[in-house]
Amino acid sequence: MQVRVQSAAFDLGTESASFVASAAGAGAVVTFTGLVRDNGGRLAAMEIEHYPGMTEKAIAAIAEQAMARWSLADALVIHRHGRLAVGEPIMMVATAAPHRADAFAAAEFLMDYLKSRAPFWKKEIGADGVDWVAAKDEDEAALKRW
Amino acid sequence: MIEVLYFAWVRERIGLPRERVQTTAATVADLVAELSAREERYALAFADLASLRVALDQELSSFDAPLAGVREVAFFPPMTGG
Repeated sequence: MQVRVQSAAFDLGTESASFVASAAGAGAVVTFTGLVRDNGGRLAAMEIEHYPGMTEKAIAAIAEQAMARWSLADALVIHRHGRLAVGEPIMMVATAAPHRADAFAAAEFLMDYLKSRAPFWKKEIGADGVDWVAAKDEDEAALKRW
Repeated sequence: MIEVLYFAWVRERIGLPRERVQTTAATVADLVAELSAREERYALAFADLASLRVALDQELSSFDAPLAGVREVAFFPPMTGG
């Protein structure tokens, strides 16, 4: 299990390749990448604030839950903070399991929990001004399915 | 002494990221009441507790939780990671 919280960019190809290499024998790898969306051209950048210390602990706890619940060979979470331009990767998760069902389910679980239980706050910097992204009710509701 | 941290719009409303607070508050809600009584900017930041979350020593908690033994309290809006 690997958790990284960083401001630096990461390379999807490199991260995916090294995760796949370390998960050799697993049978299935799922990766998900979140990007800064352009909101129909209205967004210039995203500023992501986090709570150093708690962030790493919260993500590790979420990843440990995933490892315990599904038959995972490995899991990876990378989440960035700081100022990111439209199109830049914000975060990625990768899961490795003997079969795809566990890898997909664990990746979705990780994403659902990272959304509303990892201490990050997004601020959109756009043509219409600057605003904190509000948490969505459906993101909270998504946790109930687990 | 307790370390109090603020994030996102709570930090912006109060105007600082962290401070050390001398308090005898028994619960988080008591601490919020003490801070809100200090100045308008605190009262504004804490006006709607339903829109706030609290962490005690970096674990999510609740406003009725006791503060005994707690070293770090953080106030912030619902998280928007991922």
